[in-house]
Amino acid sequence: MWDYTDKVKEHFLNPRNVGEITDADAVGEVGSLACGDALKLFIKLDENKERIVDAKFQTFGCGSAIASSSALTEMVKGKTLDEALEITNQQIADFLGGLPEEKMHCSVMGQEALEVAIAKYRGVDAPAHDHGHDHVETEGELVCKCFGLTDVFLKKVIASNKLTTAEQVTHFTKAGGACGGCIPKIKELIAEVMGEEKKTAAERPAKLTNLRKMQLIQETLENEVRPQLWADGGDLELIDIDGSNVQVAFRKACAGCASSGYTAKFVEQKLRELVSPDITVQEVQG
Amino acid sequence: MKEIYLDNNATTKVDERVFEEMRPYFCELYGNPSSMHFFGGQVQKKVDEARSRVASLLGALPDEIVFTACGTESDNAAIRSALEVFPEKRHIITSRVEHPAVLTQCRNLSKRGYRVTELNVDGNGQLDLAELERLVDEDTAIVSLMYANNETGVIFPIEEAAKIVKKKGALFHTDAVQAVGKIPLNMAESAIDMLSLSGHKLHAPKGVGVLYVRRGTPFRPMLVGGHQERGRRAGTENTASIIAMGKACELAEQYMADEAGRVREMRDRLERELTALIPNTRINGGGTDRLPNTVSIAMEFVEGEGILLLLSEKGICASSGSACTSGSLEPSHVLRAMGVPFTCAHGSIRFSLSRFTTDDDIDAVITELPPIISRLRSMSPFGREFLNK
Repeated sequence: MWDYTDKVKEHFLNPRNVGEITDADAVGEVGSLACGDALKLFIKLDENKERIVDAKFQTFGCGSAIASSSALTEMVKGKTLDEALEITNQQIADFLGGLPEEKMHCSVMGQEALEVAIAKYRGVDAPAHDHGHDHVETEGELVCKCFGLTDVFLKKVIASNKLTTAEQVTHFTKAGGACGGCIPKIKELIAEVMGEEKKTAAERPAKLTNLRKMQLIQETLENEVRPQLWADGGDLELIDIDGSNVQVAFRKACAGCASSGYTAKFVEQKLRELVSPDITVQEVQG
Repeated sequence: MKEIYLDNNATTKVDERVFEEMRPYFCELYGNPSSMHFFGGQVQKKVDEARSRVASLLGALPDEIVFTACGTESDNAAIRSALEVFPEKRHIITSRVEHPAVLTQCRNLSKRGYRVTELNVDGNGQLDLAELERLVDEDTAIVSLMYANNETGVIFPIEEAAKIVKKKGALFHTDAVQAVGKIPLNMAESAIDMLSLSGHKLHAPKGVGVLYVRRGTPFRPMLVGGHQERGRRAGTENTASIIAMGKACELAEQYMADEAGRVREMRDRLERELTALIPNTRINGGGTDRLPNTVSIAMEFVEGEGILLLLSEKGICASSGSACTSGSLEPSHVLRAMGVPFTCAHGSIRFSLSRFTTDDDIDAVITELPPIISRLRSMSPFGREFLNK
């Protein structure tokens, strides 16, 4: 069972501001049925169109999604639009006394709905996180196809919440949480964001040390090469590594196989692709 | 708050009679059954009695029963054993709706050079035996299919499947964790080679399981060490829990008629009344054979976690196929394999009954659930669109 704070439970059991505002000045909609959660936010401004006088929501989602929506509507009341835009997903979570990390995407959804609503009211393109069924142009390249999330949006969440692992990105945005196909891309985005932040810091040497190179060769053979040989009844053994020269001996069906030359080429290709382009593979008896 | 416990497919209450049976084997009769002295010997006798009781429930022979630590261990041991027995065979068949104890292991093996086929299921969660017959071949080492599904209660035609598999020379394993004690099984007239069960699903404690291994079925142990369990599972016996397991199986045999009668009637009433009182619902797997104690009900435009939390406020314990309760972000792999639309996969709730369930428990759900669903639908942007229609 999730470890929800008392405040999350209280806002889930007695949510504030549920419903619609029929003459709302701004409406923001994010998420979809397929995603498993969705939020429709209604905002009413005062006569001078400066401050938010009322906010209501409709939410399809889990307990923390409903609590986050309730918290958001309480937080924006009395604020100007610019002040409301300053609200971060972390502040929504803090208002509730914290959310389990796996549920942080609920607070992100609240913040997104708010941005979409205000952007639409102002007649500008919303920032690039209008996934789901909202009809605003998307910006950036689609990364997570399951939940419809773009690189621009993901990089923003990674940077503002200082995320360092793909798992955290999934907790905050859901990206990578369904088929998992985009997880490598998410890792690249994290590296990119971290790289941008590190540019001013000292550059680390990118050179592959001998030790790391040998480890990578072993890992690649274990995880990428041998399973493929097993599938055909073959196998190989790593005999030695001398600089960039990798010596292997073929076993089982591969031993004495007429096409072992091709197999050696395949191994070389894999190692060049995944470890270092200067690698050569040599077949030895051993 | 008194709990109304309708989550018996997750785990069950230890029957008081089972607990009484195991109690002396902690502080008083703590001997090691392998010891040569009288003090261990008397425990050995009780372990043997437990073995016979389990065998009796399954229609098996006592020496076909191997005690393990849990259903997951039994599943892992069965599959690994088959691969060791047939080192030259590299094909495994299972289904898309298996418990993770089987599915995760098969998917890991597929990364290690094994060819893994996951059979599809239809909209009722039912297997296509013709597909199995087409796919099993001389390269197949083992076919592992669950007896009954933990989420929907759907029962697979396991005997027919086992016969198809045996014709091709592969081993047949079934994860029967949810079926044992709920429906009658008879290994004496079966083609199943190996079958897993778990203690805590049938009113024994957590931490004990069984792997049935048919006489003559080649077997290689996963845990090696001492000679326990005739060399098929090393490690000092968990004597108290094994003795509890024996008692639980004896009781399960006595309660089989209760499952088929009283429990099924309560489940049917729950299903009937909920579908009548709550619009836009469907029963997952409703069109095929199911366990008498399980109902998985899909309700459109609501999300499962909210339902469970509100039920929990009323003391009602159930379970959901929703993404949000499991830590993953996709709704249950079982419901997705069945093609249950996203609109109701997120809002699927499972109630699972037991011999301890009463008519009052069922009444409580019938009273409490409909208002919870209308409340959540009225909060949902989709629920409102639907209600306004």
